[in-house]
Amino acid sequence: MKQLQSSWKFVRVYPVVPLILIGLLVFAAVFAELITTNNGEGGDLFYRNFPPSWYENGSTYYILGADPLGRDVFARVIFGARISLMVATIVLSLGGLIGTLIGLIAGYKGGQIDELLMRFVDLTFAIPFILVALVVVIVLGQSMSVIVLLLIIFSWGAFARQIRGESLALKGRDYVSIARISGASTPYILWKHIFPGVVNTLFVIGSLRVGSLILTESVLSYLGVGVPPPTPAWGAMVSDGRDYIATAWWVTFFPGLAIFLTVMAFNFLGDWLRDYLDPRLRQLRE
Amino acid sequence: MRTFIIRRVIYGLAVVWLVSFIVFGLSRAAGDPRDLYIDEYTTTESWEAMGREMGLDKPLIVQYTLWFGNALTGDFGRSMYHRTSARAVIGERIRPTLELTLGGLFFAVITGFPLGVLSAVRRGSVWDYIGRTFALYGQALPAFWLGVMLILIFSVQLKWLPTSQRGDWTHFILPGITLGWGASAAFVRLVRSSMLEVLDSEFVVLARAKGVATRWIVWKHAFRNALIAPMTFAGVLLAAYLTGTVVTETVFAWPGLGRLAVQSVFNNDFPIMTGVVMIFAGFFVIANFIVDLLYSWADPRIRLE
Repeated sequence: MKQLQSSWKFVRVYPVVPLILIGLLVFAAVFAELITTNNGEGGDLFYRNFPPSWYENGSTYYILGADPLGRDVFARVIFGARISLMVATIVLSLGGLIGTLIGLIAGYKGGQIDELLMRFVDLTFAIPFILVALVVVIVLGQSMSVIVLLLIIFSWGAFARQIRGESLALKGRDYVSIARISGASTPYILWKHIFPGVVNTLFVIGSLRVGSLILTESVLSYLGVGVPPPTPAWGAMVSDGRDYIATAWWVTFFPGLAIFLTVMAFNFLGDWLRDYLDPRLRQLRE
Repeated sequence: MRTFIIRRVIYGLAVVWLVSFIVFGLSRAAGDPRDLYIDEYTTTESWEAMGREMGLDKPLIVQYTLWFGNALTGDFGRSMYHRTSARAVIGERIRPTLELTLGGLFFAVITGFPLGVLSAVRRGSVWDYIGRTFALYGQALPAFWLGVMLILIFSVQLKWLPTSQRGDWTHFILPGITLGWGASAAFVRLVRSSMLEVLDSEFVVLARAKGVATRWIVWKHAFRNALIAPMTFAGVLLAAYLTGTVVTETVFAWPGLGRLAVQSVFNNDFPIMTGVVMIFAGFFVIANFIVDLLYSWADPRIRLE
């Protein structure tokens, strides 16, 4: 009984469930080929809207049924994890890098450079993103790199704004002033003295942004301007099943559930990381 | 206060200008705008004439100025797909979108605020549990999926509500919930945390000590002050709402601006697309401006900024 209590406490204190979910997701994304033999891109029209295996006329081959083009829903959900995670990883690393650089420079340099960069960040927040994304996609065409680029533009600002604040605070510390007086160059100070102080913030913002990033990517692919077909993207899968909702609910249900669980797991983890690493950032999500 | 307003106006104009610049730049990057109008009767002469009529023989900066000037008066050109002016097509879509937005806001306010207050006042109760769970899960739920699932449950299975389109009040229920869901979850979260803060403050303790009725304290003293935090969030919420109308209108085949924007992408209909984006940007800026004014009115400390 005592053991049970302590393990419950462990679950309450540490983000066990989100970590398990994220672990499964990463596993699915990396080993998709091993989990399912079918890559979810080729369909067999004979099996269109085929029901999941627990239905009387279902088959164990299509565990979660098949979509309107006869493609395996389970395989597509698994391969969809790869797309979502890949997009999130690339966007966060590049967006985080750009945002951090700009934030560090703006905070450290201050003055007009700071003012200019921060007003620019404000502007990027004020632009109706999804609509601009629609226009960009008509012009440049639908492709993975366009989506990644758009999402980077959409995400770097949050990093820049927060890191600028941190960098501004660190700039006034004695050790930074001493480094400056002893003749250290600006890049050296930024890298050796300021950057280590903002790493925690960087991780916290990164983990808090994953959820909204995956959600935004899925909205774009739901609207038909995301990662181009036949690559399985969760948002596009939900839209594939929209017209068949009365007869084949599984086509929309499972990919949507995957988005929901993923976003929730990352949000939980982000909240936990923030409280653990940097409680001062509490207002970030509110 | 005056400089504050002037600054916000300049800032709003800068946003509109930037959006117009992006949209114009992209529409020219897409290729010659005459390509859309070409057909088997097009001759070199008519091609040249069309270019002169559209001002394509002038430098890009002049073209941009002309385009922007027309856009400000609501003239976005002629839609080839709809075979009429973009302004007419866009004009009849504004009302449905506004109605839907109000419906979503109505849902978010009538669910989010009471649940947030209840959750804070009866801390640790079932209501608090429901409120916190809803706030946590609500924002992770993709709206487009929620919409389809609501259709599955309430329209397909139970046959209580219509699946899509505009119509009588029953048509507003599912789209309203879909659009307002995320905002409602956010309201619960914000109202709860700011109510908790205000309920702990000295003037509330004093009011309690004086023997003021709890209901009066909650609504008169605490709630009013707790409204400030959700208001700061209103700007962010508006951005989410814009995305929300695009998604919700697509799910429910709602004849509004958001769906028009998506359709125009697939029809390669530039005049409509640019028009919708500019109108949304305009709404967005105006709404943000109103939020800023309300905010500085509610919390005079902001004016010092």
